[in-house]
Parts: sequence; C-alpha cells; structure tokens
Amino acid sequence: MGTMETFTRTIEFSEYISVLEISYILASILFILGLKKLSHPDTARSGNLWAAAGMGLAILFTILFHKTRMENGSYEGIHNIGWIVAALVIGSAVGWMAAKKVKMTAMPQMVSLFNGMGGACAALISLMEFPKMQNMLATAGATNMLTGEAIAILLGLMIGGVSFAGSMIAFGKLDERIGDIKTPLLRYINLVFLFLLLAMIFYIMTMAPGKDNNLMIYLFTLLALLYGITFVMPIGGADMPVVISLLNSFTGVAASMGGFLYGNQAMLTGGILVGSSGTILTILMCKAMNRSLLNVIIGVFGGGGAASGSSGEQTVKEISLSDASVLLSYSQRVLIVPGYGLAVAQAQHLCHELENLLGSKGVEVKYGIHPVAGRMPGHMNVLLAEADVAYEKLMEMEDANNEMGNTDVVIVIGANDVVNPAAENDPSSPISGMPVIQVWNAKNTIVMKRSMAKGYAAIENNLFFMPKTRMLFGDAKATMQKLVSEIKNL
Amino acid sequence: MSEVLKFFMEYREAIFIIILSIFLGIEVISHVPSVLHTPLMSGANAIHGVVIIGAIIVMGHAGNVLSMILGFIAVILGTLNVVGGFVVTDRMLEMFSKKKKQK
Repeated sequence: MGTMETFTRTIEFSEYISVLEISYILASILFILGLKKLSHPDTARSGNLWAAAGMGLAILFTILFHKTRMENGSYEGIHNIGWIVAALVIGSAVGWMAAKKVKMTAMPQMVSLFNGMGGACAALISLMEFPKMQNMLATAGATNMLTGEAIAILLGLMIGGVSFAGSMIAFGKLDERIGDIKTPLLRYINLVFLFLLLAMIFYIMTMAPGKDNNLMIYLFTLLALLYGITFVMPIGGADMPVVISLLNSFTGVAASMGGFLYGNQAMLTGGILVGSSGTILTILMCKAMNRSLLNVIIGVFGGGGAASGSSGEQTVKEISLSDASVLLSYSQRVLIVPGYGLAVAQAQHLCHELENLLGSKGVEVKYGIHPVAGRMPGHMNVLLAEADVAYEKLMEMEDANNEMGNTDVVIVIGANDVVNPAAENDPSSPISGMPVIQVWNAKNTIVMKRSMAKGYAAIENNLFFMPKTRMLFGDAKATMQKLVSEIKNL
Repeated sequence: MSEVLKFFMEYREAIFIIILSIFLGIEVISHVPSVLHTPLMSGANAIHGVVIIGAIIVMGHAGNVLSMILGFIAVILGTLNVVGGFVVTDRMLEMFSKKKKQK
C-alpha cells in the first residue's frame, strides 16, 4: 500500500500541481454554482455556461499542468499532446454538430447517446488502468489486489459499462430502432448478472496481480455490457425517461470512481454531484408517475395484459373539421393538452398559430402540461417554448385540473396515457395511481389522433369512448393545418 | 477491522468529499421546477463528462499503440459527452430565454 501513500502525499510540493489543484477547486465551484443556477428558470442558461467554463478550465489545466509520479520517483507531465488535441477537436466538432442539428423532439435520445459516450469513456479508462495497477502491485510484491484503487477501477468499469450499453439500448428504443423484450425471465437473469458482477469484483481483488488476470477483466467487461442491455431491455414505454436519468447518475458515479483513482478532485466532485442530483431527479420523476424506483427497474409496467375489460366492442364518435372549428371559435376557454404525438408531427408551431387565431377571436387558450408529457419531464415545455408559446400560458397539471370544470373544450393532441381515466378508476391498470389530466371533466373533449392505436404504454384508453369525447383522426400536423384554415374561413 | 480503519484513514479526504458532495447534489437541485427537469438532466449529463480528465491523463501516459488507440477513443468519447451535452442544454435553454426577451 506504500505506493498509494506517496501517490497522494508527496505531490503537494510541486508548483505545477498546486496551480492544477487550484483550477480544480475553481472548476468544482463552477460546477456547483452551475447546477444551482440550472435549477432556476431565470439563471438556467448562464448556469450551463458556468459549468461549461469550469469544464474548459479543468481540461486546459490538466493538459498543461498535470504531473504523474512515476515508479522511479520522477514526475512526468502529459505526453501525446498533439493526439489529445486532435481527439478534442474531433470530439468537439462531432458533438457540436450533433447537438446543433438534432431536432428538439429527438432530445431524449441525444441525451441518452451523450450519456453513453461518458459511460464508455469511464469504462475505457478503467480498462487501461487495470494492467498498470497490476504491474505496480506486482513490483511492490503484493499477493492480492485488495486496494481502494482496485475497487475504483472495477466499479468504474462495471458502472461505466452498464451505463454505456444501457444508454445505447435506451437510445435505440427511443429512436424506435429497438423494441421491448418483456419476459419475466429477464428479471432473474438481471439478478444473476448483478450477483455475478459483484462476485467477480471480489474474486478479482483476491487474485494475485499478474498478466493472466487480463482475461478475467475482459470477461468482467463483457458481463457488465450484457447486464446493461438486459437491464434496460424490459423497461419500456413511459418509464424511459426514468431510465435515462438513472443511467445519467450511473455515469456520474463512474466518473467519480476515476476521480478516486487519480485523487482528482474535479472528477470526484463533478461525478458525485451528478450521481446524487441525478438520483434525486430520478426519484422526482418516479414520484410524478406515482411509482417507486424499484417498481420501474423490475419492470412491472407496460404492455401485456393491460387491456382490462374494455374490448374493442365500444364505438367512438368522430367530429368533422367544420364542427370542430365552430365549437372552438365559440368557446370561452380552451385547453390544449399536448403529448408526444404533437412533437413527432412537429405540430407545435401550428399549435401556437391555432392559439393566436382563437385568441384573436376572444377565446382564452391555455396549455395543460402533464409533468411527464413527451418522453422526458419538461420535454413538452421545451418544445412549446421552441414554438414561441408564452411561458404563462403553460399550466401545470394540478392547475389545469382545478380549472377543468370551467373549460369549454379540451383539445388533446397526440397525448394518450397522460389523459387516461384508467389511472384513476381501474386498479388493475398498469398506470393505476399515476396522476393524469382529467380532461373528461371538461364540457367537451376533442381528441386528435392518428389512429385508434394504443399509447406509448400500450394501454387501452376509455376516454375515447366517453360521451363527451369526439375524435378527430389524422396526422396531427395535417389536421391542425386544416383546422387553422377552417377557423380562418369562418 | 484494522484493515477497514486503515482504508478509511488512507482515503479519508476522498470519503469526506464524496459524502459532502452527495448532500450538496441533493440540496442544490431539490427545488427545481418540473419545467427545468429536462435541461437540468442534460446539464448534469454534460458535467459528468468531467471523466474526460481521466481520459486525458491515461492518454498522456500511453506507452504502446493499443493504449494510444484506446486513449484516443476515450478522449473523443469524453469530448462528445462534454461538448454535445453543454451545447444541447444551451439550445434548450435558449428557447426559454428568447421568450423572456420578447415580453
């Protein structure tokens, strides 16, 4: 253990290192203030910039001033700077382009993808540090690897690997490239994988350091990747944002393991901050859906025997475009309840046009936003903000429900699960207990929908069969366009 | 038992930082309005890109071709996480602030 002792102690005397440590303290402060500012609407944007500045500072100073104590006692700075800068430039260019080009609707996938990159980065670091650590311990004559460094490397590898594989699966699912696999068997497979991974960590640490352990580490990596896949595979539907948020905090923990390994305070604080705030955010999201995190992970949600009782016998009533336009134009209060379907059809701008048009006719138009509308909490607010909808027009679920009785017409656009009465009155429904927007309490409800297909959670929706509900079938964008021109011609 | 105590003494600073940071992380975001959940998640996502520092350190001491290649990839992946994360977050938040100015 003597090597580690010197690793963290003697370096304090180098001037370069002091400058570096000061930059890390500044970076940590910027991360904390950035996160703090990110949680308030007025300061959020500058908060993001502050955190980015902290990151830039930490990266620059690491390249310039980082020194590692070598085995012979000398200090060595960062080599291969040309290659590092090249990688930085490539990564920046690709990341910048991807982030600028992605449609606002594809945002959740993008976050998942970037998260996976971070996880892979953490796993790669561990993979490369493991042989080095082995050599160091072997020369020191150690007979096992029971050290903090080994724990950090192995946990970083495991969590980073799970986060990478899981994020890729989450990305594929949100991008509709991968379907769900829902079999109870996966639950047991997951438990077995988790147990195996933890057992392997312990086993590897008790082994004597030597070259032949590398095979074991590759096996461990493979298992972590597999676990990442089987972890996310059965989770589907409305639970996807929760998973992304959870994987996000995983990557934070993986990054902090790297910080522990290198005695690097910027990585340590940055990683743990994200790990803990990400976990809280995940729990907040679960609360919004009235479910426990464990419930989400084990994956009781979604598909299967969800269509309880309400078979296809019932009929729906359609409404014509002209009837809809008259109904809307002569209402006093209209509430628009948007869902992911609106975003997919890119109809948020038309939505705003409809709002202005009705507003000019003296109709009061507001939006009722379910906390998990879209595919991430707050996703819908981002999309509507993109379409220049005023902030104060957006009502949160509770306020919308309180005013529902005074609302003449509710237009549900591409939303399904968040307006499903089964959440309140069908205890056998998978979404039972989830707070929903009670659109059925309004005087009229118009549901715009592409077809009678089930929502993202694959559950039958009785709202469509209710007496006050009228359906307006068709692509959300095309229908909105027609509706807007119809109202203009009135 | 003495092994555990020794472990604690050896890593006490890191353990302190970890524990304090956990509470700080919880405290800092606990009053966030749901509107900001997505940008906050995205911003936090960019911050854990700090793992890139580890990638730079490994790359900076890479001796053979294999570790050069892996390190190069690691730095690229980390940069993607950092730059992509911050730019995407900025794009989301830009829309909120545009709204404010028009009023």
